[in-house]
Amino acid sequence: MYKIIKKRILAENIVEFVIDAPAVTLNAKPGQFIILRVDGDGERVPFTICDMDKEKGTVTILVQTVGYSTKLLAQKSEGETIRDFVGPLGRPTDLTEFKKTVMVGGGIGAAVIYPQAKFLKSIGKPADVIVGARNKSLIMYETEFKAAARNLYIATDDGSYGRKGFVTDVLKEVLDNARYDAVFAVGPMPMMRAVCELTKQYGVHTVVSMNATMVDGTGMCGGCRVSVGGKALYACVHGPEFDGHLIDWDTAINRSGNYREQEAAHLCKLKVNG
Amino acid sequence: MKIERHHQKEQDPKVRAKNFTEPVYNFDPETAIAEAKRCLKCKNAPCVNGCPVAVKIPEFIGKLAGGDPLGAAAVIRETNNLPAVCGRVCPQEEQCEKLCIRARMEGPVSIGALERYAADYALEHGPEQTPPKGSLKGRVAVVGSGPSSLTCAADCAAAGLSVTVYEAFHLAGGVLVYGIPEFRLPKSLVQKEIGKLLSLGVQLELNTVIGKTITLPQLLEKFDAVFIGSGAGLPQFLNIPGESLNGVYSANEYLTRVNLMRAYDPDSPTPVARGGRVTVFGAGNVAMDAARTALRLGADRVSIVYRRGREEMPARKEEIRHAEEEGIVFELLTAPLEIVGENGRVRAVKCVRCELGAPDASGRRRPVVIPDSDFEIPCETAIVAVGTSPNPLIKDSAPDLKVTEKGTIIVDEKGATSIPGVYAGGDAVTGAATVILAMGAGRTAAASIIEYSKTDKKQT
Repeated sequence: MYKIIKKRILAENIVEFVIDAPAVTLNAKPGQFIILRVDGDGERVPFTICDMDKEKGTVTILVQTVGYSTKLLAQKSEGETIRDFVGPLGRPTDLTEFKKTVMVGGGIGAAVIYPQAKFLKSIGKPADVIVGARNKSLIMYETEFKAAARNLYIATDDGSYGRKGFVTDVLKEVLDNARYDAVFAVGPMPMMRAVCELTKQYGVHTVVSMNATMVDGTGMCGGCRVSVGGKALYACVHGPEFDGHLIDWDTAINRSGNYREQEAAHLCKLKVNG
Repeated sequence: MKIERHHQKEQDPKVRAKNFTEPVYNFDPETAIAEAKRCLKCKNAPCVNGCPVAVKIPEFIGKLAGGDPLGAAAVIRETNNLPAVCGRVCPQEEQCEKLCIRARMEGPVSIGALERYAADYALEHGPEQTPPKGSLKGRVAVVGSGPSSLTCAADCAAAGLSVTVYEAFHLAGGVLVYGIPEFRLPKSLVQKEIGKLLSLGVQLELNTVIGKTITLPQLLEKFDAVFIGSGAGLPQFLNIPGESLNGVYSANEYLTRVNLMRAYDPDSPTPVARGGRVTVFGAGNVAMDAARTALRLGADRVSIVYRRGREEMPARKEEIRHAEEEGIVFELLTAPLEIVGENGRVRAVKCVRCELGAPDASGRRRPVVIPDSDFEIPCETAIVAVGTSPNPLIKDSAPDLKVTEKGTIIVDEKGATSIPGVYAGGDAVTGAATVILAMGAGRTAAASIIEYSKTDKKQT
């Protein structure tokens, strides 16, 4: 059992949990993820490690309530426990080789880029950060990003905060104005795809983080396979980060919708508020 | 004297193809005794030579014949700590029963069925036996909780060593819980066996991935010896077009969703493909398990596609017979070419017929494609069950650990790896094999660890 130390609602349908899991913090590095099960019958759901405190032995994750398990999790309160919590899984991100990086986070993707931004700042290579969401209420970690980023750009689809438009609009301007060694983009697949199509034109190396459906997270099920440069790689052990210019996006987007109908049917059974 | 072999009664194939309870019933006491009396008590006991853990077969069968099933179970447990499991999943026809003197006459003694009878009886009626513990001192980490690990842990604990078992999943048992389906090996039984192990004082740490949560070098800082029994969990695909389509599973994913994640219970939140038409590639035990599971989840038609012939099918004979009786269609001498999709989902598998040519490196006759014989099998789900290889996670965290090109850990005849104090066994060493071979390897490694624990590590 893993105790919820802190719970905070960051935005509409987005909850931050700080979980007591000292074993996970022993070797965890930015870019890795954990898998949790809410209760005894629960699914195994992956979440990026968003932050951690090795002294206190806690791991921070961001939960977007989209399906059955995430809604069940969001109903948990501080002091309650989660049944299973395993990690760190996947390979850590390594952006240290790049002199100048721009990071792009769409929606919940900000949870993934935040620890990277913090880390790059700590080694004296702060990145430029672009954060985007549908509207103002979905923008998260603004204060934290301001402290970690060289420049912070915010975009909302409806213009309710920052500039109106998509993250790719901002990215285009940023790339027009300066030369970057790498782009790190995390968010919904269509967004990551759009970023990759843009950065290809500029010839800038682009890394994306694939949040594929998976069961074990250790390479055992093969369910998270992603076609990268014509090879089937596993998001859980070879990733979750890949060269975005090599990903077969049509296939990846198709696979992400594999269980949409079954998930919707099961959600109807769940008695949740909201 | 000729006495016909007694067979276990079985559920009607039509009925059992729709449920997850065991197809084969246990012997009743009278039949068990009658079958036990068929044993000729051969002095040289050829059957024992066929058993990877050398169960004292005539001795336990003698106890059964004398009406002492608890005594029989105790004899089995001397060399086999998972008897209820082995009585169900061992390929007896290739091992002990094959060498039975009666096999050449009216049929071998039903050793597997008798083992199950004794083991189940003891699990239900037996007193919780805690064997006397040895007095060795030392700490042993066991990586994984499948058959090799459970055996190694039990032997080390019995010698007095302090044992911690690390499991990556949220439930212990390894392939016994994620791979082998409920109808072939009830999960409650596996948990009972694991309960017995814990009663020996073995510590169990779930949700711990060695190589990630704790690396092998970190384990060696805390433990005197380590046993790696992490299995062969990495699924192989066919590398044909269409494997990324929705509806294509590795057998590992399919079986794990259904078994470990309990998708066989319609109320479970775990999604999995149900019903429709299912094609399974491969003809080993895992392929039979996947095919029969698909039937039980409501499939209308299940086909097994295998490029060699009937004689070459690697599955246990009983599994093949059960699958056929339940209505699974065997497309033998048939090779897959492509998985054909429509709107991102599987629509059919395209195959080609083969005939057997000259023997290949494995000694089996190589399938040769018959020109212009391709055809389609319409289906909505395709399951790839053509083998697995070991997981590289541990190796990746320990560069000194020597492995083969295929990723299997290299050990000597004592189970010792290239790192002092680190032993390995089971599928992690051999590649995918059987429960009983893994248990034999766990036993060998435990004996080595016990020896190693008696040495003064400071001098080595």
